[in-house]
Amino acid sequence: MLIRNPDSILGSEITPESVYQSRRQFMTAGALGLASLGLPFGASASLQQDDEITPENIVTQYNNFYEFGTGKEDPAAYAHEMTIDPWSVEVSGAANKTGTFAFEDIIKGLDVEERVYRFRCVEAWSMVVPWMGIPLKDILAQFEPMGNAKFVEFKTLYRPDEMRGQKGFFSSIDWPYLEGLRMDEANHPLSLMVTGLYGKDLPNQNGAPWRLMVPWKYGFKSIKSIVSIRFTEREPINTWKQLQASEYGFYANVNPAVSHPRWSQASERRLPSSLFNVNRRPTLPFNGYADEVAHLYAGMDLRKYY
Amino acid sequence: MLRRYVKPVVVVALLLPWFWLGYLVYLETLQTGSGLGADPVEGLLHYLGEWSMIVLLCAFSVTPLSRQFKWPALIRSRRLIGLSAFSFVLVHSVVFAIFYAELQLQILLREVLERPYITLGMASLMILTLLSLTSTRGWQRRLGKSWKRLHQWVYLAVPLALLHLLWLRKDGYDDVAIYTLWAVVMAAERLYVWRKRQRQDQKAVL
Repeated sequence: MLIRNPDSILGSEITPESVYQSRRQFMTAGALGLASLGLPFGASASLQQDDEITPENIVTQYNNFYEFGTGKEDPAAYAHEMTIDPWSVEVSGAANKTGTFAFEDIIKGLDVEERVYRFRCVEAWSMVVPWMGIPLKDILAQFEPMGNAKFVEFKTLYRPDEMRGQKGFFSSIDWPYLEGLRMDEANHPLSLMVTGLYGKDLPNQNGAPWRLMVPWKYGFKSIKSIVSIRFTEREPINTWKQLQASEYGFYANVNPAVSHPRWSQASERRLPSSLFNVNRRPTLPFNGYADEVAHLYAGMDLRKYY
Repeated sequence: MLRRYVKPVVVVALLLPWFWLGYLVYLETLQTGSGLGADPVEGLLHYLGEWSMIVLLCAFSVTPLSRQFKWPALIRSRRLIGLSAFSFVLVHSVVFAIFYAELQLQILLREVLERPYITLGMASLMILTLLSLTSTRGWQRRLGKSWKRLHQWVYLAVPLALLHLLWLRKDGYDDVAIYTLWAVVMAAERLYVWRKRQRQDQKAVL
């Protein structure tokens, strides 16, 4: 069987590094830059003047991916042990097209876009990352979700032989990692299924071959290395909520007004941060994407649904 | 003969984590993220916290080890190790005050009051400060018998530090488990010796 990796014709081959670098500067120069490149709204709408793209080596070497260990350097050190080819995805639940699909068949024919998003971790650090990906709604639409599909649940690969963190004895996480979105959140144009970053294939430590990116939510919502998509009528459980519901909710919208019980969420350390310039900045409601997404939560008490 | 070298070896061992930290900070001055990680403030705080725990446990182990291995020379380094542990705890706290509380008393107070794990860490710091200040020979003399009782507060400072670490973790408790086991073994030795003495005392009474 011939398995073509569609990612290989994208990114760095299309965009030479030098062009890419100059475009980067162009993009960070302001929202106008992206608009003129013909990218959809959202890719640029909420970037601010002083949002500088985080260096690639930080994006790929400073990761939370507990499947490979709880240290920030663990994923970069051990994620190469994960086999990502072949990669199959099980689609189930309230949809017309369910079953097991090859990853490359799912994304075949769909356009990959570049989106520069702010990324805010629940641990109060943040980055600005040039992701490559496909709007999540385009992927989900293929499976023809039924009317009673109110939520969508995602599941990360469970393979302890290749993911050493899943073997940890002193861990309370019940693997595999689970996350979920309300359907209207999943269908929002900002929600992206990421297949690459920096114009290159997605590195294993960043969640290869594909991972979610929901930029107005804390990073843990953006589940990595997805092997299952399930449409459901009821709100699915997500791993961090399961572990500590008083600290991590289902919605996990970035909200400076609601502290994590153990630390403040009012500000964040924008990486790269240094001892001599911490680069601390105020955290914005919905991570700065309030104009685009706040209406999804109209009338909801965000202190209750944190 | 060997006894003469105990203290110098201890001094060098205690300085090593400081030298290593100096090297990491030096790397940071060359290129951000090369020494203490992409989030160096966090890296610095955790480095100091980790060594606070380790050296505190070392100090906590001196008495049982010198007793079990009949090595009284080690006892003479106990204050040194204890003070070294305190230096890590103090700098750890100062780093928190500078980078996380941004040197604002209001933020610091709020953090200490609102976040239980910081409350515990602060309590441990208070105890260790008191023990460090009264660690001199002068205070030993002045306090007489109550000096020993005062310094038994370390039995509270160690579990407070362990709880502080346990509570701030999101997941992954391997090192917490090792530290706890370490502390429990050292506490068990004390309990064992204490009970043996009690039994002997009882016999003596009979």
